[in-house]
Amino acid sequence: MLSIKVENLGKRYRIGLKEEQHESLFNLFLAFLKSPIKNYKTYRSLYSFSETSGSKAFIDDEKNGIIWPLKGLNFEVNKGEVVGIIGKNGAGKSTLLKVLSRITHPTTGRVEAFGSISSLLEVGTGFHPELTGRENIYLNGAILGMRKKEIDNKLDQIINFSGVHKFIDTPVKRYSSGMKVRLAFSVAAHLEPDILIIDEVLAVGDAEFQKKCLNKMEDAGKQGRTVLFVSHNMPAVTRLCPRAIFLENGKIVDDGPSQKVVANYLSKDSGTTAERIWKNTLNAPGSDIARLRGLRVMSKSGQVTESIDIREPFSIDMEYEILKSGSILLPHHHFFNGEGIHVFTTLDTDPQWRLKPRPKGSVKSTVWIPGNLLSEGNYMVGSGMITLNPEIPQFYENPAISFTVIDTIEGDSARGDFTKNIDGVVRPLLKWNNQYH
Amino acid sequence: MANDNRTVIESDTGFKFIDLKELIEYRDLFYFLVWRNIKVLYAQTIMGFSWAIVQPVVQILIFSVIFGKVAKLDTDGIPYVLFSTVAIIPWTYISQAINQSSQSLISGQNMLGKVYFPRLLYPFTSILSKMVDFAISMVVAIIVCCYYRVPPTWNLIFFPLFIVIMMFTACGTGLWLSAMAIRFRDVKHAMPFVIRMAMYTAPIVYSASSIPDKYRFIYSINPIVSVIEGFRSCLLGTSLSWGFIWPGIITSMALFISGVFYFRRLERIFVDVI
Repeated sequence: MLSIKVENLGKRYRIGLKEEQHESLFNLFLAFLKSPIKNYKTYRSLYSFSETSGSKAFIDDEKNGIIWPLKGLNFEVNKGEVVGIIGKNGAGKSTLLKVLSRITHPTTGRVEAFGSISSLLEVGTGFHPELTGRENIYLNGAILGMRKKEIDNKLDQIINFSGVHKFIDTPVKRYSSGMKVRLAFSVAAHLEPDILIIDEVLAVGDAEFQKKCLNKMEDAGKQGRTVLFVSHNMPAVTRLCPRAIFLENGKIVDDGPSQKVVANYLSKDSGTTAERIWKNTLNAPGSDIARLRGLRVMSKSGQVTESIDIREPFSIDMEYEILKSGSILLPHHHFFNGEGIHVFTTLDTDPQWRLKPRPKGSVKSTVWIPGNLLSEGNYMVGSGMITLNPEIPQFYENPAISFTVIDTIEGDSARGDFTKNIDGVVRPLLKWNNQYH
Repeated sequence: MANDNRTVIESDTGFKFIDLKELIEYRDLFYFLVWRNIKVLYAQTIMGFSWAIVQPVVQILIFSVIFGKVAKLDTDGIPYVLFSTVAIIPWTYISQAINQSSQSLISGQNMLGKVYFPRLLYPFTSILSKMVDFAISMVVAIIVCCYYRVPPTWNLIFFPLFIVIMMFTACGTGLWLSAMAIRFRDVKHAMPFVIRMAMYTAPIVYSASSIPDKYRFIYSINPIVSVIEGFRSCLLGTSLSWGFIWPGIITSMALFISGVFYFRRLERIFVDVI
């Protein structure tokens, strides 16, 4: 059954309030006299568009500061589908959510939605510091679209879930920020709309809170709700969303099974998900101490590869520049599997450089991951660098690269001669022994 | 799936009036927003709701001394305290409600950009929550009336009408100004002195009978005139001078209706121009 239907959806903004430069005091004074008229025109022009300027043809007109964050999107979502929306910053994801949640109006096209819609672009919208926890539950619940009766019924559940029942009649301004977030989230968690629109900004906060958010989303999907989920967290998308939509520059580039779409997204720049190179130093992640230049998944034989034989060791190469000598550096990688589980973390333990300040220069750090360790499936790697004493992160890119581990049926891997699906996060090849007594 | 649960989001350009069905759907939220405004208004104050009384009382005292004792303005024989009390109380409501509703979108811009509910609720909330202050300060009016032994008259029948006009005037102005304020922040800076000037355009410190006959119609186009005159007649039992009242009734309705149209026409760009 159809849940959301989007046709030719476009949104136009005008940006660019440029500050004027004045060459002399006299010019400045003149501009000051003229400014009320000029200001009026600029502020008016923010929402009036002459039909010639970009009209409705989805053309960005940078000269006049007109941009189209959405350029004629078409897609349908069925009831109960959980769809991830991915793309780089500025691809139009947030604008799409804002249009779907009726916060901003589309310029062209239409959206038809069947059933009640709730959007969570932020937790705790409308929280008032002077009101008590209980009062804020009512206020926030109503803002998110719950009826008073509904909140009455769920009040105890919400309070229990939040874990702040001791302070429920204390003004929220006396809460710690963590308590505030927990209370806000537990209100959001008890929403029961037909369509739920979630922005990943929701998933800020501590790890436990993020996990709660993601679990809640999973439940929503299982309960037959339609969920749209915007995220940069690729492991979360592949784990929670069977389907993903990849936006770029206001258009849909790819729409389909999330594993495939995410792989497409990750390999968009280099043609492979197994390699990332930052040619331009301006957009390379880094600080004034270290800057990331490249990441690679390498097979045993030294080839860049996306698919790893489960039996073979492979390596991750990290290339970076040390821009300032004298720091103790610690490159590290985090491995996430297709379910979003953080499988393990590895930190540089090269004895040659332990607790030793490193000089300037271009460096390649290589780590070898043994064969017969990871289970089969997709993995994403988040790579970063911290300096020690004191511990300061210099860069962290997640997900930076990804690869797939493939098990063989040749019988010499951990699955032996068993050909069906095997569960488990790791798949070590262990020694077995059988004895009759 | 029921058809009435369908939401259509389109780029529309027409004029729209109040969507009553939608407002009714959001009545619980409306209630909570009003309740929040009331609850929060005097939070962490020592005086609490007494502030709703202190403000008009101080103003009444000042006006009585300056305009009643020093300037000795003509009040058609009514004691000055009585004369000004019944005017300052509705005026305090109108000025505060306009002030708060005109800023309602800006002060709620965080919510505006994060969640949808009918935008009209922002100014409406201010208009309604200020009624609590008004109700409390009406106690002052009743006490003053008792002190001067003003007997209630049949004019009181019309009192609800003037409360409605008072609210419509404040709401209409609030709708216009809030929609304007989100595009041009000048509204905020102009507000204090425009309101002060507006006070002298209505017969609050002086008597409407001091207006020359030939200007009477133009003068009474101002809906505040109609509210003040109505309050005086109803509470003090003076004769209802409809000549001063009916033009204002029409203006207040026009202000409200045009305000809704203007607000709803601009609401689709609110978030984009914050």
